[in-house]
Amino acid sequence: MFYRECGNFKDNYASDMAIFPIPLDRWGFIVMLFMAFVIVPLFASEYLITNIIIPFYCFALSAFGLNVLAGYAGQISIGHAAFMAVGAYSSFILYGRYGIPLIPSILGAGVITAIVGTFFGLPSLRIKGFYLAIATLASQFIIEWVIVHVQWISGGVFGTIEAPDMYLFKLWAIDTPVKKYYLSLCILVLLMTIGKNLVRGQLGRNWMAIRDVDYAAEIIGVNLYRDKLTAFAVSTFYAGVAGSLITFCYVGSANIEEFNVMTSFALVGMIIIGGLGTVLGSFFGAGFFVILPIAINQSLGAFMDVVPSDILSNIESIIFGGLIVFFLIVEPYGMARLWHTIKDKLRLWPFPY
Amino acid sequence: MGRKLSFTIFALVLVASFILSSGQAMASEEKKPEQFVGLLAYRTGPFAAGGSGLTSGKEDFMALINMRGGINGKIMYKWEECETAYNAARGVECYNRFKNKMFKVHPESTGITYALIPKATKDKIVVISSGYGRADASDGRVFPWVFTIPTNYWSQNTAKIKWIAMQEGWDGKDMSTIGKYLKGLKIANLHIDVPYGQETKPILDAMAKKFGFKVRHFPVPWPGIDQKAQWMDIVRRFKADWVINRNWGVSCTVPLKEAARLKFPSNRILGVWWCGAEEDVLPAGPAAKGYYSTNFHGVGRDFPIIKEVVDKVYGAMKGNISFTRVGSVYYNRGFVAAIVDHEAILTAHKKFGVKVLTGEEFRWGMEHLNITKERIKEIGAEGLMQPLKTSCADHEGGGMVFFQQWDGKKWVSTGDVITPMRKFVRGMIEKSAAKYAKEKGITPRTCK
Repeated sequence: MFYRECGNFKDNYASDMAIFPIPLDRWGFIVMLFMAFVIVPLFASEYLITNIIIPFYCFALSAFGLNVLAGYAGQISIGHAAFMAVGAYSSFILYGRYGIPLIPSILGAGVITAIVGTFFGLPSLRIKGFYLAIATLASQFIIEWVIVHVQWISGGVFGTIEAPDMYLFKLWAIDTPVKKYYLSLCILVLLMTIGKNLVRGQLGRNWMAIRDVDYAAEIIGVNLYRDKLTAFAVSTFYAGVAGSLITFCYVGSANIEEFNVMTSFALVGMIIIGGLGTVLGSFFGAGFFVILPIAINQSLGAFMDVVPSDILSNIESIIFGGLIVFFLIVEPYGMARLWHTIKDKLRLWPFPY
Repeated sequence: MGRKLSFTIFALVLVASFILSSGQAMASEEKKPEQFVGLLAYRTGPFAAGGSGLTSGKEDFMALINMRGGINGKIMYKWEECETAYNAARGVECYNRFKNKMFKVHPESTGITYALIPKATKDKIVVISSGYGRADASDGRVFPWVFTIPTNYWSQNTAKIKWIAMQEGWDGKDMSTIGKYLKGLKIANLHIDVPYGQETKPILDAMAKKFGFKVRHFPVPWPGIDQKAQWMDIVRRFKADWVINRNWGVSCTVPLKEAARLKFPSNRILGVWWCGAEEDVLPAGPAAKGYYSTNFHGVGRDFPIIKEVVDKVYGAMKGNISFTRVGSVYYNRGFVAAIVDHEAILTAHKKFGVKVLTGEEFRWGMEHLNITKERIKEIGAEGLMQPLKTSCADHEGGGMVFFQQWDGKKWVSTGDVITPMRKFVRGMIEKSAAKYAKEKGITPRTCK
């Protein structure tokens, strides 16, 4: 009744190209932004902000990066966590050792990661599909090895760089969880806005053409060489920024063991569960992988005195694994597709035919 | 309908009984103040054998104290577990979950330790990394909130070299003659290629230079299931006299099998204390017989305090792990850590009075710990742990390293308890800590 396209007359190009053509969507989005910027910092507890919401934002950013590569451009990468590590270490080095201001360091880390990512994207020009996946798996191990062994990067045998204190414009300290929250939120909103427009613009269409049938794309004039590499660059840029944010705002030290191959698999899981080739799916997937295990763990705490603790800790993995299977069976196209189905139903509500 | 109804009634009764039983439990106990302990556990994942033993050992000790009527008879332990799965990000989440109510944390993982050091320093919570984490955190002037009690990796490796010299005929006393026995020896440092594995490279290199033996590092890529190439190198090309097995989890077992395949004697392999548990050698079968490893506590159940746990805690069916694992290496390790913490609490109670401690008060207790031989006997832990004495600058305390050998069925102590080259290690620790302080802009506090 309210959620519909008809009656919204588009009389200029701007409204025709709007991200949210339906007014209710637009309003909903504004309400979400309001919640993120005002309600959450006001009412959420410190624990919730640092442990759930900040990692959620960071992984959403990273999952979107991978979604650009795998979901939009069709190039599978299973070494994405390593690019997060590159971002984490390079932002710490830029900010801590060279004194470059905070925001340029974070974005600069993204640029450095993009350069590294483009390099590792070169095999994509020759190989496709599963073979490319294995090639990207190599990037995971090569990057890990380099970070551990080049002591200039990792800062000695301990392989860990601790986060320096953060200052914005040299005087405004970012030390409380709420300030860190705003930092990650602002970067998230900025990059997601750019990202959404990228994937629905010319570049995004080129990527999708490559994903669907690459030789057909080449015939209609898509430059495969350029667009595959830009997909790698953009994707790893997001991963780098996400990696630097998660270490700056959450963990507090860059440690290579966090960005291991399991994290890479989790990222692939995020975009598959969330929805390949959708922006919204990145958020759903990140929520599924970041929030759900902790939520299960917390709610199992109620049975602490009744059930032995070793069983309790294994139940978490069992439930989580079960849910993955459940969602894949119920909706193989990801949770974003579920949302899409709901939207289609809403258009007809309350008079379905 | 009938089935549905009976199911509903059954469910209701179940819920009601839970509520009633928990209510009863609360009503029957008189309420003593509680000291909260947050435990970072990993009972899942590749290192579950270690994580479950360490955590349950601590829990059993606290259960025992609670059965005796609490700390100093007045304060009860209360603990809660949080599953980290050995993952640093989850560890940070667990830490944040508990941080407002806890006073100390055992990260139980090197990665989590690294992440928690700056956070805990800010939150005034004591980080205890017994036998793992940063070795240079033994310098209490730079790391006021971190304790590596009772010993750290660097101390361990100097003790290892001393022990190797003793096997070569050194008398174990006169440090000026040790070089004679070590000269020309070839020692292979087989290490897992992650920061934890690399941590001991500098100290081994420094010792090799000082004493004239040869050391070569053989990195094993994570997770270390395949070590064929490294072992070919060690045995055929390098022709090592001794191998130091510095691995973790699955990768601890592989060297034993590879050595047997290449006919390298297993009693020439010396493991780090994280490669010295039952779970590490049992999968290797007979190949493990004769293998040595270090430790920093005793093994088995043959100690009065562990017997008391068996009697009281397991007698009352209140144990936290399957009974067969009581007295195993990881279990005892957690158990000893809990004893040390308990002694620090008692020390702090002497100064601040019997009350629920804050992190700051507990840290005072940790820094003024003095567990003498007599006290160990009183606890009933003779042979289970070593005398410890900490100070403001020395957060390591004892540093003594135990040696044990696998006899095919169980770990047997060789009887060697070796004091590391403390002066030598201390110098390196201070140098490394000073470098850390400079990088982080910390002014080391002065210790009187």
